[in-house]
Parts: sequence; structure tokens; C-alpha cells
Amino acid sequence: MADLNLTLKIWRQDGPTEPGGFKTYDISDLNTHMSFLEMLDVLNENLVNSGDEPVAFDHDCREGICGMCSMVINGRPHGPLEGTTTCQLHMRHFNDGDTVTIEPWRAKPFPVLKDLIVDRTPFDRIIQAGGFVSVNTGSAPDGNAIPIGKDISDDAFDAAACIGCGACVAACKNASANLFTAAKISQLALLPQGQTERVERVIGMVKQMDEEGFGHCTNTGACEAECPKEISVDYIRKMNWEFHSANVKG
Amino acid sequence: MLESKIPQGPLADKWTHYKSKVPLVSPANKRRLDIIVIGTGLAGASAASSLAEMGYNVKTFCFQDSPRRAHSIAAQGGINAAKNYQNDGDSVYRLFYDTIKGGDYRSRESNVHRLAEVSSSIIDQCVAQGVPFAREYGGTLDNRSFGGVQVSRTFYARGQTGQQLLLGAYSALSRQIAKGGVKMYNRHEMLDIVKIDGKARGVIVRDLMTGKYERHFGHAVVLATGGYGNVFYLSTNAMASNVTAIWKAHKKGAMFGNPCFTQIHPTCIPVSGDYQSKLTLMSESLRNDGRIWVPKKKGDDRQPRDIPEDERDYYLERRYPAFGNLVPRDVASRAAKERCDEGFGVGPTKLAVYLDFKDAIKRLGQDVVSARYGNLFEMYEKITGDNPYSTPMRIYPAVHYTMGGLWVDYNLMTTVPGLYAIGECNFSDHGANRLGASALMQGLADGYFVLPYTIGEYLSNDIRTPAISTDHEAFEKAEKESKNRNDRLLNNNGSRSVESFHRDLGHIMWDNCGMARNIAGLTKAIGEIQSLKKEFWDKVRVPGRDNVLNPELEKAGRVADFIELGELMVRDALDRSESCGGHFREESQTDEGEAKRDDENFTFASAWDYQGEGTDPVRNKEKLEFEAVQLTQRSYK
Ligand SMILES: Cc1cc2nc3c(=O)[nH]c(=O)nc-3n(C[C@H](O)[C@H](O)[C@H](O)COP(=O)(O)OP(=O)(O)OC[C@H]3O[C@@H](n4cnc5c(N)ncnc54)[C@H](O)[C@@H]3O)c2cc1C
Ligand code: FES
Repeated sequence: MADLNLTLKIWRQDGPTEPGGFKTYDISDLNTHMSFLEMLDVLNENLVNSGDEPVAFDHDCREGICGMCSMVINGRPHGPLEGTTTCQLHMRHFNDGDTVTIEPWRAKPFPVLKDLIVDRTPFDRIIQAGGFVSVNTGSAPDGNAIPIGKDISDDAFDAAACIGCGACVAACKNASANLFTAAKISQLALLPQGQTERVERVIGMVKQMDEEGFGHCTNTGACEAECPKEISVDYIRKMNWEFHSANVKG
Repeated sequence: MLESKIPQGPLADKWTHYKSKVPLVSPANKRRLDIIVIGTGLAGASAASSLAEMGYNVKTFCFQDSPRRAHSIAAQGGINAAKNYQNDGDSVYRLFYDTIKGGDYRSRESNVHRLAEVSSSIIDQCVAQGVPFAREYGGTLDNRSFGGVQVSRTFYARGQTGQQLLLGAYSALSRQIAKGGVKMYNRHEMLDIVKIDGKARGVIVRDLMTGKYERHFGHAVVLATGGYGNVFYLSTNAMASNVTAIWKAHKKGAMFGNPCFTQIHPTCIPVSGDYQSKLTLMSESLRNDGRIWVPKKKGDDRQPRDIPEDERDYYLERRYPAFGNLVPRDVASRAAKERCDEGFGVGPTKLAVYLDFKDAIKRLGQDVVSARYGNLFEMYEKITGDNPYSTPMRIYPAVHYTMGGLWVDYNLMTTVPGLYAIGECNFSDHGANRLGASALMQGLADGYFVLPYTIGEYLSNDIRTPAISTDHEAFEKAEKESKNRNDRLLNNNGSRSVESFHRDLGHIMWDNCGMARNIAGLTKAIGEIQSLKKEFWDKVRVPGRDNVLNPELEKAGRVADFIELGELMVRDALDRSESCGGHFREESQTDEGEAKRDDENFTFASAWDYQGEGTDPVRNKEKLEFEAVQLTQRSYK
């Protein structure tokens, strides 16, 4: 449980229209069992105690499932570990004396609101454009009325595992939201429940994605590499196929 | 004064009968009625979308950046329903009975029966939304079993059931947002409810990004704001889960039911240091195959693998041969505490016991164990750095869920007319202990299938009320009070961080109102909390300003409310001198150290009435009548 001393370079920005910049902080005697966010808690408590404003960052579950936490650590969304959100990253993966750079997601459709917090409401609007099955409460048939093969249901689950954090957008040089959008489209396209609205769904969601200003996909695969849930880029291919056949049909 | 409004007639017919009699609101009138829903977890999202589908105008609020991030997202294990798909003898009655018994006979029969009745429709609804539940090879839905019951009725989606159910409800909500039936306010925190002529008529919220205070009118207000386990500082709840919404409602007249009933979950990753911000749950399902033990010798410092079989104490198997490692949560938690208090705990802090998969791996092979629990093992390793395939997990109980909450009648209405509470924030269905996989069921039952009916009873009498202007003096006054409190916090010029007060409160609560409670500790705790409250208002330091995003200010308001709630919990625990479910009063135990209920004096739900600052609250009783079950002492021996 060796103690750890770090130099932190953190992006500070007061508001969406204010200019931002890096500030440097030294932090010492960290316990290596801490999580990365607990390390920032310690920094913030120090800042409050010395009369400064703490660093603002989004977080809630601290279990890697709500998708709130969102920071670029040493140039990588959610930091150095594969398949791991920021909140699940622990300090044992850093070395004494390291300098650690911490920035918000960088993407035009996700403007910085304050320090490390960005606006991700474009994702909500993409879902509102068709990421659902139109079934009113009370009108559903028995759960076992439509059998679904285990392989199909497992595949749908893999797509549904997306936590909507936005790391895919932050990782992409074009700030594309293809992986996020494709995951929802694929989940519903794979399942029988999603068939009726399949065409409108893909057209609506892709249109919304473009309107929000996300960039195009140029197949670099950076999104899959940085996705904390390791969602596969195969779903992007599936979405493209859905989109083209929808346009043929439509 | 407490009217539970339980419908007449035999238990099994009450709900059907109620539904056929409840007054309806015509479609034209629904369009004229505004409903405010606070919260977008399973309860809030399902209620908001269903109400909008029915034609009401709905405004919905959450403090996260998106409704999809509510704490419900973190639920792992599953959701119960009396489908009897496994043909193992399950039925509505059996689910009802298990829930009543699991709650140690401290819940209302009629509500629990209704919950069991609608459970089946929840699964249908979620499947129709595209929720990818686990399936058998033949394509039908799969089930697993959970602690405290003997049938297999838990539906699940890998270890992410809460996520998938919430995303289902979120998709229904998103559909209504797109259609204009719901107006969604993200990053808004409710600070108070507004009452006009005794009825709930709106809320004061603060836009967390701009710091602006807003007033919103509603013909009715629904709170779906989740549990208050974070009063203990460390819990498995999400960091921002808090009591503010229901506490403010309580101070405006909504009685608080059974505040001291807290669930302490036996299998969590132990605390490792003072910096710790939250605790992580390791799913209850692990107890299906893992064996729990401590060394037989006090203070045994050997590595677990060096401790031979005959020097290990599998204390749950020893004490409870019938249920073994699968005893209910409260029993397992207390047994772990007992061993650690006696000096048999393991690990650096000695506040941990082993959960060992050695025998399971030998019996089933590593592949099978990994298929069942792989993601949990990985999560454990990420946090602790230890590999559970080669060394036993270390676990310890942690605060997980609060059965207490706002008291509600059969309609889920609080004691303030027009104010409803659904999901974990009400007190209704779980009595003194909740069974695994029943919170998700209750949240969705309330939101999809119960509230949309029962709210009609109130609103059908309100169709002639025009929208009330938010210039009304009641709005003015409530807004001013909220703003003044924040001003006071910001201008306090103190020297201590909010966090340090929260941590202190957590220690007081955990030590005196945690797994075991006694008269001396509880009495002392009341004094300690009162001094903490005073010190908070004297010394707290909140940096920054009111008109910008200020997470420290948000936290300060929440901690101030937690401190007041803490005192009420302790009072309730003191008042209830019996042991029941998760509430263990050391004075009330059998010779073998098991919890002893006192049905003669305590077959009631407490409902606390706020009397104003500096005056003791008054405890009312809702007497619980049991017609369908017989009260027995729980035994898992
Ligand atoms: C780790 C973990 C695992 C669990 N696993 C299971 C399981 O397997 N099965 C099971 O049945 N149960 C489980 N539970 C319990 C279950 O998840 C919760 O009881 C349930 O999800 C609560 O849902 P809810 O809708 O009542 O509240 P929540 O999901 O907590 O939602 C609260 C909502 O209210 C909003 N809110 C709160 N206060 C305010 C305010 N002042 N202003 C504006 N908005 C506000 C929040 O933004 C949020 O949207 C688990 C709990 C935990 C902690
Ligand atoms: S805080 Fe929820 S995913 Fe990190």
C-alpha cells in the first residue's frame, strides 16, 4: 500500500462561454487502493479547506454503470485501462511522481459547461428520435408469447450494454456518435419487438445524430477501443446496413 | 388521522374491485391537468411515461444530466414476478406471502397483495419494450432464485437488470418527451413543495447549471426520489442519492413511515480507508455457490489458503443448517458482525469475513463459476486487486436500502392531499426487511400499474381547478425560504467542509443506528446529532456562488437534511423497542441471539408528524391487521 505523490494538470473553465486552461496541483500521500475519483475528492477537500473552488466533474454511481463520469486522462477517455470507466480506475495503476493530465470530453456537440463537465443532452435527443418500441403501458402480450433465441437475445444484450457516457465521441477524431447510435438501433433491430418501427427508427435517429453536429465515421475503430463496455464496431456496420435498406424501402 | 383507505372485500379481490370502481377522468379533462413527477428512476420514469400516455400533462425533473442515469441503473441481481414459468408452484399468493414474511410482518397486507398481483404484467411490459432478459436455449425467459425463498421467480439481464429495466422505462419516457406529453428538466433539483389550501400544488426547483430558482405548478405532485441510505455516509447507493425531496415534504406535513427500517446487505466489499467515498455491492447471487467462513482461532493472521479445513468456522452453515449460506440478508449481516465483534474478523481492518469459491470451483470447474459470476469477480478484482479464483473474497455488510419513507395510503398518497410517493422513497411494501429483487418490482409496479389508476381518484375531483399562477404568495414564500437557506450556507464563513460533517454523521448513525441498536447508544446519538447540527450551521464552509453550478452548495443542502433525518431515524429506533427484520434491538433477542419480535405491542407502522424546529415530532400508529397470514417468528434454522 505504498503512498503515492502526483502532479495533476487539470482543465479549469468557469462556464460555457468563459475561456479555459490547465492548472497544476500537487497531491501527496495518496493510498494506492483509492479510486481515481476518490483521489479527486481528496484534492477537492484540500481546495475547499484552503478557500478555493473545487474541480467540478460528473459522477454518481461510481460502479461503472450510470455513465456519468467522463474525463480524458493522459489523453485517453476514461484513462489507461481497457473496459474501465473513470470511476472504476484505481490509483494502483499510477506510479509515484507521475504527472497526470485530466481534461473534459472534447467534441463540438458536447460543449464544456464547467471544468470537466460537458453537455451530453444530444444523446437524449437521439434516443427521443426513435430509440424505443411504441408500446403503451398495459398493452403488452405475455412475456413468453414471443420466444427469442438465446443467441439473438445475447447479441441484443451486448448492444444494450451501452452506458451512454460519450467516450466513443470523445475518442473519435471526427466526434462521431455512430457507436452510441448504432448500439441502440442494433439492439432493437435484432429483437422481434423492434421490427414494426425498424425503418422509421434508423432514419429518425441517424437524422438527429447529423443534426446535432456529430461527425462522420471513418472506420478508425477508436470508439470500440475506448468504450468502457467494449461495444463492438460491428454494430456500426449493422446500422449502416439498416440505414441503406431503410432508404431503399422508404 | 391516518386513513389507509384499504378497499373493502376479500384480500384477493380488493384491487380488481377497486379498479372497476375508481372514478375516471375523461380524456378532455386529462389534457387540462398538470402532474409534476420528481425523479426518473424506475418509479418516476415509468409513472411519467404512463401518465403522459393516458393524456395528462407531465413535467419531470431529475438532478443528473439525463433521466437515464438515476440510481436504479445500478441494480444488479434481478426482478421478481409470480409468473410460475418454472412450474415450481409459484403463485400470486406465494409471492405475497414471502414478501410479508420476509418483511417480518411489518407491512400492509393489501398493498403487498396488489404488488404480487401486478408483478406479472411488469415482465410483459418490459419484454415488449425490448428489454433483453436472460433466456433459455428454447427461447423462453430464464429465472434464478434469490435468498429467503424456495421458488425460482427472479427475472434478470446478466448482472445488469436495473440498467436494462431503467433503459426500458427511459425509452418509454423519451417517446413521450418527443411527443410533447412530458417536459423533461435535467440537472434540476427540487428544493421544496408548495402547498395551497392544504393541497400540494407545485414545487420549487433550482436549475443546477445556472443556479436559477424556478416555480412549477401541478394539480398533483409525485415524488419518486429514491432511498436515503446515504445518511450513513458510506452505502451502496449512488453518490448523489439523498433525502431532500421527501424531507422537505415531511416538513410540509407528509408523515414519515418507519424511518429506522434500513437494510444492511451482507455481501459488500469492506471499507479500506478513510478516503472511501462509497461501498460496492457484490450480488447476493454469490451466496448460491460461495461459502462464508472465518478462522476458528481469534486473530489468526495466516493467509486463507494456509488455514486448514478443520480450523475454519463456516458459521452460517453451523448456526442455520436449513438455509446455510442462503439465510435472508438481515440474518447474514448480523452473523458477520457477531463474528467480527468477537475478534474473528479477517483482513487488515479485521472487519471482514471470507466468501470462498474454492469448493464451487472444485465441484463445477472454473468455467462454470466464471460463466455464472465472471463479471462480479472482475469487478472485485478491479477494486481490490485480488483475484477471487485463487483467494477468497473479503466481504462485510453495508447499508443498501431504506424500507422507511413517506407514509402513503392504499392510493400511494401521502398525508398531504395531492402529494404522492412511489418507489423506494415511500414506506409501503417491504416492512422491516426487503427481499432481494423486490425493489425493482415495487418501483415499476407503482409507476406503471398502480399510481396511474389511483391518482385518478384524486384528480377526478380536481377537474374544475384551473392552473394556479406561480405568482401566488405560497410560491413566493417557498422560493424565498429555499433561497435564504442557500444564502446562509454560502455566507457562513465557516472552517469545515461539508464532507467532514457528512462523514461524522455517518459514524454516529453506523455506530448507534446500524446493524445493532440499544437504548444507551440511541439516546447518546440523539444528543450527538443535535450538537452536530448546531456545529454544521456554525462552522460549515461552502465555497463559490449561488448563480452558477456549485456542487458543494448542493451537497451542503443535502447534508443539512440528512442530519435532521438522522435524528428522526434514531428516535424511531428508540421508540420501537422490539427487534424486527433489519431493526435489531439488543434488548429484544432470544437466548440464541436471534431477533425477537413483540407483536403485542408493535404490530404497527410508525408515522412521524413534524412539529416544527426545536419541538419533538409526534409518532402516530397505523395498526397492521393480518387476515390472510398468521404471524410467526421467522426461523431459518
Ligand atoms: C448496488 C445496488 C444494487 C441493487 N440491486 C437490486 C436488485 O438486483 N433488485 C432489486 O429489486 N433492487 C435492487 N436494488 C434496489 C433498487 O435498485 C432501488 O431500490 C430502486 O432502483 C429505486 O428506484 P427509484 O425509482 O425509487 O429511485 P432512484 O432510481 O434512486 O431514482 C431517484 C430519482 O429521483 C431524482 N431525485 C432525487 N431527489 C431529487 C430532487 N430533490 N430533485 C430532483 N430530482 C431528484 C434522481 O435524479 C433520480 O432520477 C439495488 C440497489 C443498489 C444500491
Ligand atoms: S460514476 Fe457512474 S459510470 Fe462512473
